[in-house]
Amino acid sequence: MFNTRIRVPETAAAGEAVEIRAMIMHPMDNGFTYSTQGTLIPVNIITDFTCRYLGEVVVQVRLEPGISANPIFTFSLRATESGPVEFEWIDQNGDVTTASADLTVT
Amino acid sequence: MRALAVLLLLAAPAQAEPVSGYDFLMPETQALQDDDFANPGLLWVDQGAALWAQEGCTGCHGDATGSMRGVGAHYPVWSDERDRIVTIDEQIDYCRTERLGLDPLPRGATDMTALDAYVMHQSRGLPVAVALDRPELTEAHARGEEYYYTPRGQLDLACADCHVTNEGMRLRGEVLSQGQANGFPIYRQLWQDIGSLDRMIRWCHESVRAAPPADDDPVWEDLELYLRARGNGLPVETPAVRR
Ligand code: HEC
Ligand code: HEC
Repeated sequence: MFNTRIRVPETAAAGEAVEIRAMIMHPMDNGFTYSTQGTLIPVNIITDFTCRYLGEVVVQVRLEPGISANPIFTFSLRATESGPVEFEWIDQNGDVTTASADLTVT
Repeated sequence: MRALAVLLLLAAPAQAEPVSGYDFLMPETQALQDDDFANPGLLWVDQGAALWAQEGCTGCHGDATGSMRGVGAHYPVWSDERDRIVTIDEQIDYCRTERLGLDPLPRGATDMTALDAYVMHQSRGLPVAVALDRPELTEAHARGEEYYYTPRGQLDLACADCHVTNEGMRLRGEVLSQGQANGFPIYRQLWQDIGSLDRMIRWCHESVRAAPPADDDPVWEDLELYLRARGNGLPVETPAVRR
């Protein structure tokens, strides 16, 4: 589990498009940089990001090396019903980091 | 009379107004710092908040948003009890080791920087106000200043050669700022990581090919005191974003 920051509005009107933001603390080492000791830092990245709303996948991203550290995703979501907005990041070793928040539709 | 006034003005030492490193940034970088969600330094502030609860700081200090408001803006301070200058990192580690029985954190450890960022963040927006109100502090400040103006390294440059004499000038891709300390720990895009003041000072030594002082050299405290007092009046920006 890595540290994450997510932003989901607490409430939204039915049909409203709301802004969702999700960030994760991760070095996203691309395999081309060297440590201060001169050794090559191996590739170490998050490979998958998924957002689910009401249990359904709404955003799915495949990450490659070359994306900067601590990647942030910002996107719009159309609010329909009250329910959870869930986030999942998977790193190259298969380790899973999750976060979620409830969106109340008024 | 007028001639005398002009002469007096000329004789006064050039005391530049402190300017934050923020003012030397591109608008995009400023916007990232100002974004209360996307500023990447906040990831470490969050980590510090978690450590605050996990390590048991709450037991004595309660909610940091109240008890730590304004604290960081005054550091470093003099401690009679310990008979030495204490930086914010040292105070945090003192509480950790002496009061909580935890193992000391090495300089630059992520947890240390996270706690530092969390405590300093509670002073965000307040003016830096380092007191130099006793001889131990003014003497240490003078030693810090001397270090700041002493050339070093293979390039034979003093901190002041870049951050005072050439303030605002370009150094390759960089714009030289005054080298103020009001934003630390900072998220530095070059590092893609958070960095303590300690890390920045090491980086600047490396940039002139000089060896930084030994870890236990008291000049670290002198220099930190000098640097932070130099920015008295600037708002605390922790976590600042820098290029
Ligand atoms: C060769 C030029 C050079 C020298 C000499 C130098 N620095 Fe720097 N310093 C830089 C550059 C470049 C940066 C990053 C851009 C900026 O803020 O100026 C920087 C940044 C800093 C910052 C962070 C500023 C901020 O707004 O976050 C501090 C603090 C600092 N330097 C302290 C020092 C100290 C202390 C010394 C002497 C030990 C020193 N520097 C010597 C080039 C130098
Ligand atoms: C057992 C009680 C206790 C615990 C636990 C404790 N502290 Fe403290 N702390 C103190 C006392 C007492 C002071 C007053 C200054 C001194 O004597 O060091 C203090 C001072 C401080 C200060 C400086 C306040 C000022 O106004 O200058 C900071 C910052 C601080 N503590 C951070 C922490 C952090 C971070 C933790 C958790 C890792 C922590 N403390 C845990 C008792 C505690």
